[in-house]
Amino acid sequence: MTMIFGVPAAAFYGQLLLGLINGAFYALLSLGLAIIFGLLKIINFAHGAQYMLGAFAAWLLLNMLGINYWTALFLAPLIVGATGVLVERFLLRRIAHIDHIYGLLLTFGLALIIQGVFTNWFGVSGNRYAVPEALRGGMNLGFMFLPYYRAWVVVIALAVCFGVWFMIEKTKLGGYLRAGTENPALMQAFGINVPLLVTLTYGFGVALAAFAGVLAAPIYSVAPGMGANLLIVVFAVVVIGGMGSIMGAILTGLAMGIIEGLTKVYYPEASNTVIFLVMIFVLLFRPSGLFGKEA
Amino acid sequence: MTPAQTIKANLTELSRQRANRRKWVLYAALLLVALIAPFLAYPVFLMKILCFALFACAFNLLLGYAGLLSFGHAAFLATGGYYTGYVISQNSVTPEVGILIGTFAATVLGTFMGVLSIRRQGIYFAMITLALAQMVFFFYLQADFTGGEDGMHGIDRGHLFGLIDLSNNLSMYYFVLAVFLFGFLVIQRTIHSPFGQVLKAIRENEARATSLGYNTDAYKLVAFVLSAALAGLAGSTKTVVFQLASLTDAHWHMSGEVVLMTLVGGVGTLFGPLVGAAFVVTVEHQLSQSALGDWVNVILGLIFVICVLTFRAGIVGEIQKFMKSNFK
Repeated sequence: MTMIFGVPAAAFYGQLLLGLINGAFYALLSLGLAIIFGLLKIINFAHGAQYMLGAFAAWLLLNMLGINYWTALFLAPLIVGATGVLVERFLLRRIAHIDHIYGLLLTFGLALIIQGVFTNWFGVSGNRYAVPEALRGGMNLGFMFLPYYRAWVVVIALAVCFGVWFMIEKTKLGGYLRAGTENPALMQAFGINVPLLVTLTYGFGVALAAFAGVLAAPIYSVAPGMGANLLIVVFAVVVIGGMGSIMGAILTGLAMGIIEGLTKVYYPEASNTVIFLVMIFVLLFRPSGLFGKEA
Repeated sequence: MTPAQTIKANLTELSRQRANRRKWVLYAALLLVALIAPFLAYPVFLMKILCFALFACAFNLLLGYAGLLSFGHAAFLATGGYYTGYVISQNSVTPEVGILIGTFAATVLGTFMGVLSIRRQGIYFAMITLALAQMVFFFYLQADFTGGEDGMHGIDRGHLFGLIDLSNNLSMYYFVLAVFLFGFLVIQRTIHSPFGQVLKAIRENEARATSLGYNTDAYKLVAFVLSAALAGLAGSTKTVVFQLASLTDAHWHMSGEVVLMTLVGGVGTLFGPLVGAAFVVTVEHQLSQSALGDWVNVILGLIFVICVLTFRAGIVGEIQKFMKSNFK
């Protein structure tokens, strides 16, 4: 058997792939957090719950209405994003003018509510969501077995991440978004409907979380608590990367997933904590984060 | 001074004295209530309130007076609890020694977490404390001495100073009350000291405090460590009372709960955390015995949202506002 640094090659590549998948989720979620933070200046504590909502939306669409994975991939983010629009319009907007800490507390309360309701309705244990038929099975690459679905998750997540990056950095709409991040008052004076932009931005960030949730549904079990612990890791990723740069959020997410995967191979006891350890080192030597500009 | 000025000065002095006297009457009345409470209500329930009240007061020192929102205070509560439980059951030390060691452990952890987290501000500070506390959670989950998911059970309450038997709920209650009062007085003195005034200045405008020559990082660190130590004291005492230490105390959920207690009671008020802790503990207790038992988290979440939207000053804060506008 081929060995890589004393570990069987198959296990090595297997964990690397798993790390890449986790990294793709970290990237999608921290991207959403960064976009929301840019315009609303709040940290969306409900992000994990909204990721879970995405997975549940896909599961419910399949089991209640018979709507398949591919449709759910569009429909679930749309539905959950719409709930995000309502949350911004009717709750977050009312406290937009006060200390942004309150936005964090409000979304934390929302996360407790959403998670509690789903735990009561569906129980703590997870529900299985079958891998869509077209992506079942996998292929043998010679050095490892590659399940098609996992390859699909990595590819589509990266495509969406870079699509969002392109939209924000290179299009006119993205220009509005960046301008709004810099100076909303001035932009409003130029005749752009800033409150609408804020609402849609929050909805979009939430939809990204839900999209990640749908992607995750066939890999992990669909459970009410699936987002809570993940979110804390994503927070650490955000601290490491800094929220100043979209590309920074994406790259940090991927890198942290891979580091976590490799830790699982070489020192499994630390795999839960390695990202937090990286965060500590970044705080010690580069407190504003790898890509951060602000103090 | 003109006669008019003298009269005015005398009147101000008089109303200040009157306010002061009112305050002491209030303190005395509260102390009296605390002393007779165990004869009116179940002492273990009261002890739970006092432990969480001390925890919330410690948290409020940081949020209310230094403006730092920590989402990782569960780590200190749990650390105090685990180390106290460990030394009591392994080395059979007396409870007060156990509590001192637990508090010391939380202080050490607080220094470590404080040094790291005060390097960033605002929302980042909250995220860093949350992430560090999650790391502590995983450590306790995997460490051998904590009993992992099972936690530590059957920790002996023992004899205070080797003399007073704490298995008696009444003696235990008065000991917990003494611990709480100690913590409360430390916080009260800190807030009203020059140190506390500088903290408030940092909360209001950190850049200005820096430009006035204060080393704001040092002030924030001291506040953080003090807050961690008192949270650890609360956790240690709680372990002695309930004779157990578990992962529940280390979970991020607990960090959220202490935020809620402080918010409901009134951020930045002296008595707010006490009222908030009593409120939250009572609500949880009542709900767990009713048909709504499974909905505790949902209801806590609702209270969070309602508080933030309509009731930001908290119970004590709203009362103070009402008093100020109606009885000057």
